[in-house]
Amino acid sequence: MSTTDKAPGEAPHDSAPADTPETPDTSAADATDLAAGAQLSTAPLEDAPSAPVGIGVLGWARWFWRQLTSMRVALILLFLLSLGSIPGSLVPQTQVDAMKVAEWKDKHEFWVPIAEKLQLFDVYSSVWFSAIYILLFVSLIGCIVPRTWQFIGQLSGRPPGAPRRLDRLPAYATWRTEKSPEEVLASAKTLLGGRRFRTDAAGTAVAAEKGYLREAGNLAFHIALIFMLVAFAVGQLYKSEGGKLVLRGKGFSNTLTQYDDFKYGGLFSPDSLPPFSFTLDKFDATYETSGPQKGTPRDFKAYVSFSEGAHGKPVKTEIEVNKPLEIDGSKVFLLGHGYAPVISVTGPDGKVIFKDAVPMLPFDANLSSSGAVKVTDGYKDKDGKQEQLGFNAMFVPTFAGEGKGTMLSQFPALDFPVLALSAYHGSLGVDSGLPQNVYQLNTSKMKEFKDEQGELFKKRLLPGETMTLPDGAGTVKFEGIERWATFSVTQQPANGLALAGAIVAIGGLAASLFIQRRRIWVRAVTGKDGVTVVEMAGLGRSESARLPEELAVLSAALHQQAPSAPGQPVKENVEGERG
Amino acid sequence: MTPLAVAANENLAQISNYLIYSSMAVYTLAFLAHILEWTFGSRSKVARTAAALTASQAAEAPAVQVRGKGGTAVLDKPKVITRSATGSRDVPDGPGAAGGDEQGDLYGRVAVSLTALGFLIEAAGVVARALSVQRAPWGNMYEFSITFSTVAVGAYLLLLALKKNVRWLGLILVTTVLLDLGIAVKVLYTDSDQLVPALDSYWLWIHVSTAIFCGAVFYIGAAGAVLYLFRDSYESHLEAGRTPGRFRTSVMERLPSSASLDKFSYRINAAVFPLWTFTIVAGAIWAGDAWGRYWGWDPKEVWSFVTWVAYACYLHARATAGWKGRKAAYLALFAFACWIWNYYGVNILLSGKHSYAGV
Ligand code: HEM
Repeated sequence: MSTTDKAPGEAPHDSAPADTPETPDTSAADATDLAAGAQLSTAPLEDAPSAPVGIGVLGWARWFWRQLTSMRVALILLFLLSLGSIPGSLVPQTQVDAMKVAEWKDKHEFWVPIAEKLQLFDVYSSVWFSAIYILLFVSLIGCIVPRTWQFIGQLSGRPPGAPRRLDRLPAYATWRTEKSPEEVLASAKTLLGGRRFRTDAAGTAVAAEKGYLREAGNLAFHIALIFMLVAFAVGQLYKSEGGKLVLRGKGFSNTLTQYDDFKYGGLFSPDSLPPFSFTLDKFDATYETSGPQKGTPRDFKAYVSFSEGAHGKPVKTEIEVNKPLEIDGSKVFLLGHGYAPVISVTGPDGKVIFKDAVPMLPFDANLSSSGAVKVTDGYKDKDGKQEQLGFNAMFVPTFAGEGKGTMLSQFPALDFPVLALSAYHGSLGVDSGLPQNVYQLNTSKMKEFKDEQGELFKKRLLPGETMTLPDGAGTVKFEGIERWATFSVTQQPANGLALAGAIVAIGGLAASLFIQRRRIWVRAVTGKDGVTVVEMAGLGRSESARLPEELAVLSAALHQQAPSAPGQPVKENVEGERG
Repeated sequence: MTPLAVAANENLAQISNYLIYSSMAVYTLAFLAHILEWTFGSRSKVARTAAALTASQAAEAPAVQVRGKGGTAVLDKPKVITRSATGSRDVPDGPGAAGGDEQGDLYGRVAVSLTALGFLIEAAGVVARALSVQRAPWGNMYEFSITFSTVAVGAYLLLLALKKNVRWLGLILVTTVLLDLGIAVKVLYTDSDQLVPALDSYWLWIHVSTAIFCGAVFYIGAAGAVLYLFRDSYESHLEAGRTPGRFRTSVMERLPSSASLDKFSYRINAAVFPLWTFTIVAGAIWAGDAWGRYWGWDPKEVWSFVTWVAYACYLHARATAGWKGRKAAYLALFAFACWIWNYYGVNILLSGKHSYAGV
């Protein structure tokens, strides 16, 4: 860092023009000097908050609009946007995890009414958050449109003429030469033009400007933000996301009725689901087998036979955690996996009335799982009365061992699988019309099977083992273990638009922050002694660091073509010349 | 993995730990050398700031500095004269921690050399860690932290190598690096291990490396902003005609001027901002692949967004009248505080899809 690279903060609005003359000789000069610094950016002028001018509604409306599109309000809205996003990370959000919201509500009952009033469970679609970003984007559009016009105007205009006193600009150089002023100016024009400055010769000076891309980048960035917001909104409105649990060997086809759960945006139509189907052939999972992270998953892979369209030919492919399957704008993700013990139930008459793989839902990292076996049809008790059977089930892929008490799994792989069942009979309540959780048994209309001690009848089974229900009510066999995987199928249109917006935004931002817009003036006049005096000066935005370096290079180049005249050296200290 | 390979990897992990501890020892020496630099530097009694402020007030005009060397011989290149912005104080930069004292300068050089050595050892530690796990070394907070300080020191050394005047940053940087490493080895340490499947993607290389890089460099920008605030209040103190305490004078006089610090901090933050934007976009693309949506207001996503908007505020503030200077610096610090919270707070305290902290 050095202090020699200072330049004035001459964004036209934010400070006085580059120099503040102390003497009154300068009101005319002021005007040229102001013009010289003007329009280095299209940032709007920042007026102090003023009372509305004009009359009535129109006056107020105009005042309001001017406020809204000012940089100051844009800044405040941006700050509010950042503050407003925070609560959504501290309070659980319905759209992210509805279960957590319910949990939170249980724990913080006192706060629930206030939180609900403030829409704290739906921050990002709340009225107040929407108000912030809508106002911000209205402000943005109101700011971008005039800036774009202004910029186009600048592109077709000429660089402004030289200020009267070049020595007051942030970077300045001067020398005397024996070349004529015309020669010097012509060389300067070629030199600057050759370095892709846009030049304009007027009177005794050449004006040059460079770095328009900065402004273009800045405008492109802000416009891209609008496109990204639109893309995000379209995505939210048309998106759909469905979940499906698929057993090994079973299939799924992409229609609404097949999903276990389905979420969608306001404008989604079921017709937009692309037709496809797949069968889960095999599922692989590997886990860390030792060390402190024992049991942490290492690799999941689902092998599927997949067919596109209604009657496509099946193709074998794989779905992994970071590698979804993409079809026609939809993506199929592998989300989770678990076990499904295969259970068969034999009635008192010796007939097998139920045989199925029953998926269990894992509730910890080692895949301790729980679920319910429901035998709805075909069971008659030993007296011939029709009934339904229900079993609460716990499944652990790796049992801790007899006497170790808990039914909590020690490892997620199938090292020592054990199934625990407790048995009920009666009515499952599945016909009552209320939706039922397939993983839970509703025992309100069921009776417990009792063991000898009169307690609920329950047993632990190893694969292949059979348990006999009390009083000759039948047998239940743990036949084996199947696997299942859950998939989520998502559709979010306008992804491409969002991505394009993001790329333009980054490019525009880089141009806007790395390119300097700056002006150089060269003046050459014949001095009193007949020798030509050359003056060069540069002006950039307040942050332009390289301006003095650039001026040094340019003046050295011009100096080669118009070398210093011998004789009286140029004064170093311009202080003394101050008017 | 074969048992042999496992043993080899555990060996490497052990070596990595030794390297990290060694780098901490070297940084501690660098810290002491910096302290000596500042101590010896306090012997110099220059108070250029006050002089410059009174001088420029007397002249009622900004002073002018001349760039370039040599006399005024005819064949010399023209000199470029620069003039500072109206409204900003015209104050020269301080001479640096050593304050022009020869012994102080010697210790300063020693400190920089030790920092460079510490950097090499620490970087080797990060590489050994990567080899031991056979993946990018960014799977948990311990690994983030050791990479984070390596990058911060690397950026500082690079600025020095580019002949930028940043040695004033040395003491603060080494102190915070020691703090970061201390927390990493004491609190965040996780045995070297492989990744959970969700992290196993080439996006890890892209997204996480740029995230760490941005944080490390934003840190340097924030350090500049803090020093700017101190130095600026010192200068206004002087301007108001008051006499600050001796210790304060001694320290502040050796720092760059508030204008230089402000500009330094701005340039760093502005240069990193597009990369931070890229980091968030890359994260969104990865999330689209891993979780089926590119943006879902997960706590980590929320705080990345908050950080981004806060830095955008800062950049806006500098283009807005009445918000330059101190207010803009406060915004920069707010933005960096959001970054830090996103790192420690969100990883440890808030649960979400980004729960890989490993603590
Ligand atoms: C949607 C939220 C917005 C974001 C994220 C944003 C972001 C940014 C960023 C990062 C910059 C820095 C680029 C640079 O310094 O060249 C910038 C500059 C700028 N923004 Fe915004 N902006 C937003 C809204 C607005 C609005 C509403 C306005 C108008 C009232 C506006 C006007 C400007 C102007 C004029 C500049 C250039 C300042 C200069 O010339 O230095 N922006 N914006």
